[in-house]
Amino acid sequence: MIREYRTIDEVAGPLVLVRQVEGVTNGELGEIELANGDIRQCKVLEIDGSNVLVQLYESAAGINVAQSKVRFLGKGAELAVSLDMLGRVFDGMGSPMDGGPAILAEKHLDINGAPINPVARDYPAEFIQTGVSAIDGLNTLVRGQKLPIFSGSGLPHAELAAQIARQSKVLGGEANFAVVFAAVGITFEEADFFISDFKKTGAIDRTVLFINLADDPAVERISTPRMALTAAEFLAFEKDMHVLVIITDITNYAEALREVSAARKEVPGRRGYPGYLYTDLATMYERAGRKIGSEGSITMIPILTMPEDDKTHPIPDLTGYITEGQVILSRELHRKGLTPPIDVLPSLSRLKDKGIGKGKTREDHADTMNQLFAAYSRGKDTKELMVILGEAALTDVDKLYARFSDEFEKRYVSQGYETNRTIEETLDIGWDLLKILPRGELKRVRSQHLDKYYPDEHK
Amino acid sequence: MSEGRIVKISGPLVVADGMRDVNLYDVVQVGPQKLIGEIIEMRGDQASVQVYEETAGLGPGSVVVTTGAQLSVELAPGLIETMFDGIQRPLKAMMDVAGTNITRGIEVTPLNHEKKWDFVPVAKVGDKVEAGDILGTVQETPVVLHKIMVPHRVSGTIEKIEAGSFTIIEPIVTIKGDDGESHTYPMLQKWPVRIGRPYKQKLAPGVPMITGQRVIDTLFPLPKGGTAAVPGPFGSGKTVIQHQLAKWSDVDIVVYVGCGERGNEMTDVLLEFPELADPRTGESLMKRTIMIANTSDMPVAAREASIYTGITIGEYFRDMGYHVAIMADSTSRWAEALREMSGRLEEMPGEEGYPAYLTSRLAQFYERAGSVICKGQEGRKASLTAIGAVSPPGGDISEPVSQATLRIVKVFWGLDSSLAYARHFPAISWLNSYSLYIETISRWMNENVDENWRRYRDITMELLQKESELEEIVRLVGVDALSASERLVLESARSIREDYLQQNSFDENDYYTSLKKQTSLLKLVIQYYEHGSEALQRGADMNKLFSLPVRERIARAKYTPDADLSTGFAAIAKELEESINALVEKEAE
Repeated sequence: MIREYRTIDEVAGPLVLVRQVEGVTNGELGEIELANGDIRQCKVLEIDGSNVLVQLYESAAGINVAQSKVRFLGKGAELAVSLDMLGRVFDGMGSPMDGGPAILAEKHLDINGAPINPVARDYPAEFIQTGVSAIDGLNTLVRGQKLPIFSGSGLPHAELAAQIARQSKVLGGEANFAVVFAAVGITFEEADFFISDFKKTGAIDRTVLFINLADDPAVERISTPRMALTAAEFLAFEKDMHVLVIITDITNYAEALREVSAARKEVPGRRGYPGYLYTDLATMYERAGRKIGSEGSITMIPILTMPEDDKTHPIPDLTGYITEGQVILSRELHRKGLTPPIDVLPSLSRLKDKGIGKGKTREDHADTMNQLFAAYSRGKDTKELMVILGEAALTDVDKLYARFSDEFEKRYVSQGYETNRTIEETLDIGWDLLKILPRGELKRVRSQHLDKYYPDEHK
Repeated sequence: MSEGRIVKISGPLVVADGMRDVNLYDVVQVGPQKLIGEIIEMRGDQASVQVYEETAGLGPGSVVVTTGAQLSVELAPGLIETMFDGIQRPLKAMMDVAGTNITRGIEVTPLNHEKKWDFVPVAKVGDKVEAGDILGTVQETPVVLHKIMVPHRVSGTIEKIEAGSFTIIEPIVTIKGDDGESHTYPMLQKWPVRIGRPYKQKLAPGVPMITGQRVIDTLFPLPKGGTAAVPGPFGSGKTVIQHQLAKWSDVDIVVYVGCGERGNEMTDVLLEFPELADPRTGESLMKRTIMIANTSDMPVAAREASIYTGITIGEYFRDMGYHVAIMADSTSRWAEALREMSGRLEEMPGEEGYPAYLTSRLAQFYERAGSVICKGQEGRKASLTAIGAVSPPGGDISEPVSQATLRIVKVFWGLDSSLAYARHFPAISWLNSYSLYIETISRWMNENVDENWRRYRDITMELLQKESELEEIVRLVGVDALSASERLVLESARSIREDYLQQNSFDENDYYTSLKKQTSLLKLVIQYYEHGSEALQRGADMNKLFSLPVRERIARAKYTPDADLSTGFAAIAKELEESINALVEKEAE
């Protein structure tokens, strides 16, 4: 028997205080019925004796202290899942918004998931070829990795993410592949860009979309990525699919979290974000991975826009501490016209070492990768020097490095959003570029690889 | 047993009333799911409980039952090779019970109570024993001889002790106490995690912990029993350094605490360590390793407990007379857990919301490390070395956790993101790192490794320091403004950075460098500088000196396998000397 309470005492932002409540449990889902019959979803945030603090998932507009009714549903927030979700579009709360029928649930899953036992994790080691050299060659993505794109306002992260979604494949095998896309507080146009790209390539049939747009209620954004990840977990770990999850934009998510935290008058951490932002983000990001005994995997590409392009802002900073690397887009390279404008030096894939090398990509991959990084880094330093002192002040070797870094940006990084390079092509371009430098400079490459790919002409 | 009722729930904090006769820090079972919690505050008959599991689904009125004991760990054979969560629940056993995800209220014992171990007595009937004395041993793994000790506060005469196969809860010994009463004791001991295990005396550390990492052993060494911190922004390689230390440090036991970090990192340890052989014993590295994993998605309160669980286990092995190292990655996540609980308790925050007791808690943790004389009549010497990673927000170490840590630890390995971007690993910055143990360790190194060790190290540091000064000048006026000898400093410093300090943790000939190889390699690099300076004075051509072909051989010397060490390095040294002499002679002609 579900009881209805008319004891709403306070409504402040996304929080509602209900008094004289009995028998509710922490985290329980509730509904608030407005005088006009509208239903708003909410969940229990805190219980103090008979006072219950609930957090709305939707707008508070129209809630009336005297007339609105609250019901508690006796269960936590759940998502109905089934294979029929593929090709469908849902709103931020998981209800269909494409005009289609409701999902005939195979299961109802708690949207918060449960932490994966570290013992049950399978280490991600399968190379994913994205066709983007700056990623494949230098910041290699592997199956089950979480690799965010750190972007800024006005940078082409959407193009890059769509390119990855379109081109990604695992060498030597066509697998059961799906995309779960969560739009968190982005504009209609940006969401539409992804949807039409998925439609154009036919990927839409194996895509599940969760859409919370910029004009949807901010608090709904807290559940949208969790809905998406619950669907992804179902597809990956129960249906053995390889799922690519794209969440954009995490910054909007964190702001929604800050809004709730501020309404609760919690002691804020840096820049007003709650102290538990790290833990909260981790409970989402850590849902990516592989599990022993399951064929499937969740590879996650969260996108976030760094406020003021500042990498030390709490959102990118905490994300970087949780995710397994990051791909950073640079405004400077974007202005130079590089597509994609990936700044490879601060970008990083932590799991690359297990996914590359003989039998996976090619035996020279690790060495050339390190050498390209080192040479590009030195080339950029040299170019900085050149700005101050002029070209005449450089040694001959330094001039080669400067040339190398220009060529590297032009030929290796800037490939366009339509080019799909195989890993061999990427590695060969790398060698072409390294040949700008004298052989003796390539200290990071072991002799056997040098002999094969950069034979010594004097010998 | 006292039984209370929940009145308030806020995240991981639960308040219950009717708790008048419980003790502070008692472990309680919360609600029908029997979630594990710990009492952290009491007001009247209301107790605040931090719950180590997710609190969704709890409601007011549910029962809270105290277990009457503090949060404790089980200490007995079966610890090695096991991965526990923050409150010592074995994760493998939890997977067998509950599947691949961690659900709530799983009841498993920390150690296997059914497995039988072969107990070999060392003490005899009639022996007078005191706390810390060795009763007998169990060969836990091929490399770890687990010593069963007389429990704390027990002394007397052994009445009965037998060899045989026992579980850890079966009695193995009967001791007649000084009060005349006989008691039996099993192998299993329990110890509350928040209290340090006692020892006889603390000693000043003096022997280096050899890590096989050149930048650490040569420039910023850490002794056995010392404390170190590794702060750095994300992507600078903290975890790789911690893993390298866990793999190659010359200690007997390693406790690796993954505190609020990535799940895959712990999986990496689980998969990789069994494959790697310990250079000292030839056995798999896993045979000496204990892991505590409280990953970032696991409940936050258990994260707070995890480093205490880890260090208590470390102390237990130290008490047996072993050299133990504990790696905590990362203490910042632990501090954040502390902050979260403090916020929920509505305490007055200190800096950046951290509780005012942050520094004292951190100090308490690091002070449990040290070189000691253990309890017991034997007077065993042992050590516990603590290495904590710190993850400062934005990489800025002016924040409270880094600053509080730096006040306590004596070795600081500062990671530099610009080195990491240039893929110079380990990205330990030579300009701001330090080791306060350098004097004592130099003495040991000079005596035991190479009489010139200290001299080489000082030249190395000097060259690196000069390089950074000269680079300022180069940045302003260009490299042509420098004299030949200054150019040589730049070249030699580059050689130190690239040919010596840089170390590839994925190359099998490079990931571990023995002290002998370290000194031989450093010697080569220094010799180039010293012979080179001399040659320049005698009029040798600078550009020819810089482009000597032998320099490429020096650059590749670090990949020489240990077996070819003496012949390989001697040949390079010879070529170096000859080619520099040739330069000088050419000038003389």
